[in-house]
Amino acid sequence: MSMTQAGFAHEGAQETNYLQAKKGLMSWLYTVDHKRIGVMYLASVLSTFLLGGVMALLVRAELFTAGETIMGADTYNRVFTLHGLVMVFLFIIPAIPAAMGNFVLPLMLGAKDVAFPRLNLASFYVYCVGTVMALYAVVAGGVDTGWTFYTPYSASVNGPVVMMTMAAFVLGFSSIFTGLNFIVTVHKMRAPGLTWGRLPLMVWALYATSIIQVMATPVLGITLLLLAMERVLHVGIFDPAMGGDPVLFQHFFWFYSHPAVYIMILPGMGIMSELVTTFSRKTIFGYRAIALSSIAIAVISFLVWGHHMFVSGQSVYAGMIFSFLTFLVAIPSAIKVLNWTATLYKGSISLAAPMQWALQFLILFTIGGLTGIFLGTLGTDVHLHDTYFVVAHFHYVMVGGTVTAFVGGLHYWWPKMFGRMYNEKLATVSSILFFIGFNVTFFTQFVMGSQGMPRRYYNYVEKFQTLHQISTMGTWLIGAAFLLMAGYLIASLKSGAKAPANPWGARSLEWAIQSPPIEHNFHEIPTVQEGPYEYPTTVGPAKH
Amino acid sequence: MSIVKHQVGHHFFSGAQESSSAKLGMWLFLVTEVLLFSGLFVAYTVIKSTNPEMWAEASSHLDTTMGTINTIVLITSSFTVALAVRAAQTNKNGEKNGQLFWLLFVTILLAGAFLVVKYFEYSHKFHVGMLPGEAYFYDGIPHANAHRFFGVYFLMTGLHGIHVVIGMGVLTWVLVRARKGHFYEGYYTPVELGGLYWHLVDLIWIYLFPLLYLV
Repeated sequence: MSMTQAGFAHEGAQETNYLQAKKGLMSWLYTVDHKRIGVMYLASVLSTFLLGGVMALLVRAELFTAGETIMGADTYNRVFTLHGLVMVFLFIIPAIPAAMGNFVLPLMLGAKDVAFPRLNLASFYVYCVGTVMALYAVVAGGVDTGWTFYTPYSASVNGPVVMMTMAAFVLGFSSIFTGLNFIVTVHKMRAPGLTWGRLPLMVWALYATSIIQVMATPVLGITLLLLAMERVLHVGIFDPAMGGDPVLFQHFFWFYSHPAVYIMILPGMGIMSELVTTFSRKTIFGYRAIALSSIAIAVISFLVWGHHMFVSGQSVYAGMIFSFLTFLVAIPSAIKVLNWTATLYKGSISLAAPMQWALQFLILFTIGGLTGIFLGTLGTDVHLHDTYFVVAHFHYVMVGGTVTAFVGGLHYWWPKMFGRMYNEKLATVSSILFFIGFNVTFFTQFVMGSQGMPRRYYNYVEKFQTLHQISTMGTWLIGAAFLLMAGYLIASLKSGAKAPANPWGARSLEWAIQSPPIEHNFHEIPTVQEGPYEYPTTVGPAKH
Repeated sequence: MSIVKHQVGHHFFSGAQESSSAKLGMWLFLVTEVLLFSGLFVAYTVIKSTNPEMWAEASSHLDTTMGTINTIVLITSSFTVALAVRAAQTNKNGEKNGQLFWLLFVTILLAGAFLVVKYFEYSHKFHVGMLPGEAYFYDGIPHANAHRFFGVYFLMTGLHGIHVVIGMGVLTWVLVRARKGHFYEGYYTPVELGGLYWHLVDLIWIYLFPLLYLV
């Protein structure tokens, strides 16, 4: 991306960066700098990822043998619920937008900060309050409703369900604040010359994500509020014992939670677009198609919630329409995957660590997406509903998709965030370990699910023993991969080589300034004259 | 009377960029508010359509007079807050500081009047047992599950009431700053945003009143 010289960092002359600009704990707690808030979010989501990950290891360890292995059935129910709640509400929703998006969005726009810096800090503290409430609910006995809180069970079961739903309610506010802030930032804070057609695709993806956050989260808010009211006052909206309709809860819940899975995957798709172009040394294939497909996903995602309810007593006609719309939402995702693949074609591909994760995304997300088509088909879904097939499908999308993109983005922007390079060899070992471990864990679950193994069960029949054990061993490899990653990333902060301004030779604005950036990002707001992926040498006919 | 000049935030180019950002943010926030209430409107529709007779009967037991008075009170307050925004926009050297203060004051007073009327309505219902869920003990409605109507009634008007209280807080904050002379023709964003929020609170009531009391 070319711009006036004033925007470029002067090589060699390192200035006081945002990490050194102010000292002491208070300078962090009161900061309104989007980069520091991003780093605080990053530390938080990595901690919750560790917690949710340990829960996952425990769930799989329990399933190593039929019957009791390491915990009783009630504990098991609480542990898998906690795994789901922590991973969804505390990790994956804030992970890419709030942690990485906060850091890179204003840099990519050539802005000094987001539109509302104080609201940004408020969002972080609201997130902290919600997290503390959720952890309190765990300490106060735990919740065993599953992360979906289905009524009538959730309306009547003992335990701190109200506390847990209110925690999710509060976390929703944090998510709304971030989304609102990003939409206004993209509309109002772009540098001169940075037209919508010149925005990095990461920005398009964050923008589409923010629309869903702002439009869907309030509906989750009122749903959880009604659930809490149902428990406290027995108002008779969801509880059939009081004349209510439990399926209404499912409609409400999925009206948020299906768009929410796109809150989880869209920002990952944004990272993918950045990684694939940077490490192919080639302009993106089909910029406009990728950008608009993000918006298409955001819109259609609001119309597919009924595919979670094919067997919940919804009418067959509604089921057919939802099935059709579900196929429709697969199209923009496929457009992205095909465009990324076309970008690789005749590119000068480098297999640096971020690219290894991007390639994993391409493979794993495609499997996850295609198995989603099986589940969106009415006839097959009746057979596969609530089996391990569903579990494997969404883990291929959420872990194989979002988490690999998150980790890829983490490796990509790590030098920009902290000014240090990590050990590339160990990073390669970690990504290979993960790829093997992930497929061992979840591919077996496709097989088990197609043979009828129900999800969430504590026990299983003998014929599933071998597959369950293979699946559990896979999680050990995943655990080892992340342990290794934590090791070399932390070590890089102390002893990593100093990172140059642009270690990957990327073209978007954040790489034009020093690593780590100065407190106000740019000495002078840059003027943008080109798109974000204008690589100098393109093999074959250039595509713009 | 005097004014205090506003300083544009360091990350904005201009005051115009700052105020248009703030306005866009406020409109997005209002979208989330409407969507928050949308869940209640859906619950309303589902329960009303599955229990039409109970609903019609229970609905006729609400106090239409008090509802009408409150509607008039809120519409008047929307008018006064709109005048307050106008006063801030045309405030040149602080000559309209006083007018702005009194218009905001009357708006807050009307919001308080709304809550007083609501208090009398609520206490009557508590007294005769027109309550949600298991707390229901009223015997004037010969239909099963009449408690569901009052569940929806209390949830909708309760959530709206909370918004009235929040709105009073916001307008009080604007009033305190107006008293210090912070708002003039060059900077009146908080007055405008507070006004927008108050119009939304009013608008929601304009839907609640016919849906609960009249239909």
